[in-house]
Amino acid sequence: MTDAVSARERILARVRAAVAGAPEAPAVDRDYRTSHTADDPAAVLGLLHENLADYRAHVHRTAPGGLAALVAERLAERGARSVAVPPGLPDAWLAATDAVRRPDEPRLTPYELDGIDAVVTGCALAIAETGTLVLDGGPGQGRRALTLVPDLHVCVVLAPEQVVASVPLALPLLDPGRPLTWISGPSATSDIELDRVEGVHGPRTLEVILVVSR
Amino acid sequence: MSDKKVRASALDEGRRSGDGRAFVGMPSFPEAAHEAVGDTTLRANLRHATHTIRDKRARAVAELDDWAALREAGKRIKDETLRHLDTHLLRLEAGVTDAGGTVHWAADAAEANRIVADLVRATGETEVVKVKSMATQEIGLNEHLEAEGIAAYETDLAELIVQLGEDRPSHILVPAIHRNRGEIRDIFAEKMGSWGRAAPEGLSDTPAELAEAARLHLREKFLRAKVGISGANFMVAETGTLVVVESEGNGRMCLTLPETLISVVGIEKVVPTWRDLEVFLQTLPRSSTAERMNPYTSMWTGTADEDGPRAFHLVLLDNGRTDALADEVGRQALRCIRCSACLNVCPVYERAGGHAYGSVYPGPIGAILTPQLRGTTSEIDASLPYASSLCGACYEVCPVAIDIPEVLVHLRERVAEEGGKGHRLEKAAIKAASWVLDHPNVLAAGERVASATRKVHPKRLPGPGARQWSDHRDLPELPAEPFRDWWRKNRT
Ligand code: SF4
Repeated sequence: MTDAVSARERILARVRAAVAGAPEAPAVDRDYRTSHTADDPAAVLGLLHENLADYRAHVHRTAPGGLAALVAERLAERGARSVAVPPGLPDAWLAATDAVRRPDEPRLTPYELDGIDAVVTGCALAIAETGTLVLDGGPGQGRRALTLVPDLHVCVVLAPEQVVASVPLALPLLDPGRPLTWISGPSATSDIELDRVEGVHGPRTLEVILVVSR
Repeated sequence: MSDKKVRASALDEGRRSGDGRAFVGMPSFPEAAHEAVGDTTLRANLRHATHTIRDKRARAVAELDDWAALREAGKRIKDETLRHLDTHLLRLEAGVTDAGGTVHWAADAAEANRIVADLVRATGETEVVKVKSMATQEIGLNEHLEAEGIAAYETDLAELIVQLGEDRPSHILVPAIHRNRGEIRDIFAEKMGSWGRAAPEGLSDTPAELAEAARLHLREKFLRAKVGISGANFMVAETGTLVVVESEGNGRMCLTLPETLISVVGIEKVVPTWRDLEVFLQTLPRSSTAERMNPYTSMWTGTADEDGPRAFHLVLLDNGRTDALADEVGRQALRCIRCSACLNVCPVYERAGGHAYGSVYPGPIGAILTPQLRGTTSEIDASLPYASSLCGACYEVCPVAIDIPEVLVHLRERVAEEGGKGHRLEKAAIKAASWVLDHPNVLAAGERVASATRKVHPKRLPGPGARQWSDHRDLPELPAEPFRDWWRKNRT
């Protein structure tokens, strides 16, 4: 432990010596844009839809009344017979599916999760300009492993209230104290001759349901 | 000074055991580059790859009409960070500690390796899963762990290709860029079985099948993993939050499933505030993978109840960074966010390949970072600042506006001062410079960029000699007198 303390002191001393007498850095100008998109919920939602689809998420829209049927349809279409259920997911969302529910209470082991076909979650917010869903582990989202190990992720976004235009508008709404996962399309790799392949370790299929309330 | 000696000897040790296997006895730049240029497959792979990414990057950047303002903000945030690095590191330490994490400080590679090995041993485990991290490559962590009886599994697809092929990474973002699909198929078919789950029978060379083989091979390792090791792209001082940006989901696996997470991160990766991420999360993905956003970004602060690892250790790594910080001109290299855009536009990188740079940091950023982290006492490190025609394309694309040509010229002077006429370092340097000159397309490509970007050029002497080796003079107008001609006139 003495060693660790001395390494800390040594590094800090070297840092201080290295910049001693250096001029102050110029102030940071934040004259970049807060958003690149018109402040119109329909346009922002349209952009989110487009950008999600551009990165190979499968995007669907429904009014609130059609959600349960659409969730059931997506699960069935992908052949999902079991679905992981995060704590706090509204019962109504799974009301129409006959997939076996696997609640995460008590916590499913990684091996159990590996044997489950799908997971249905909500999200904390969605960012239109980048086609990104952000999950913060809140109610209806669960811990991070739930949306990672099963091969199909069905994510529900409530519009317009959960949709923001840009990264600068998203950050102030997020709590850094919670584990955050930003998801922009299904997992992908371009490591082999830069050919993009969707689906490596995360869910290979990402279905996004935009629930449009007005 | 004694610190510097300690670090140098630790590095030597690192070279013997760790980084060593990969990079010890590296030939100086021109010899390594010579091999690469002779290999037509490699050259074709590299050319295809770099040109594809650079065109995509240009389109992704063009989507944001405030790119210049974002770039300037990124530069200033990093400069402010570096100017008060001690304050930000202490704040970060407090944030991580308050959130249930433990912070360790490592002055050099040997200290960092020892800390990590001790932490792994304390868990009783003998294997770890790793997400691609340049810092752990820099310190030769895998080799060190191996010597301690701990198996470290790389889980990034490209790193897996490199690890199974007993090879070295050659690109920051696409470490196996030098391998084509046929080679990758052969490596998987031959080697996967001895590391774990074998490749499926009759594996073809389509990227989708190869990725599927990697998924199956690694899944069993993820599911049973008890210890994960990562780096980080950013650390937020204000909140104690770490950020990892990735594509495949192997990062999420390593960060989420194990019970213990150890992150080894260079001290320069800190940013002051949560808000600062709004700049880098816009500029990094577009500069590196040319995407609006990479598929997965993970952010965590210490440990969380009921989600992810129960123990989190952050190892803050110096390993030469404070030497770079002390250099007024050179310290800007510490702004680097490792996007690799500079590699993809570099005419020298395209022809010489990543291995020629003799370190984990290839391309233009490697040419300015490695000699600062390791010093310029070996032939390879002394020759790196000369492996450039100073065309300035790297500076143009850099999202934090590092003036790489300026630093190269500065480092040339340093090498010249340390070496002196007739010294072995001078010879290495002259060979590197001659290599550049002997490759007309490198120069031609460079000069095309140069005429477009003349304003970014350093005014100082670009050739191999600073004061010690030839008369000091200002840089001639490049379009009027190409580097080649200037060199011929001045090389004696
Ligand atoms: S030097 Fe600039 S362009 Fe090169 S990797 Fe670093 S941030 Fe990217």
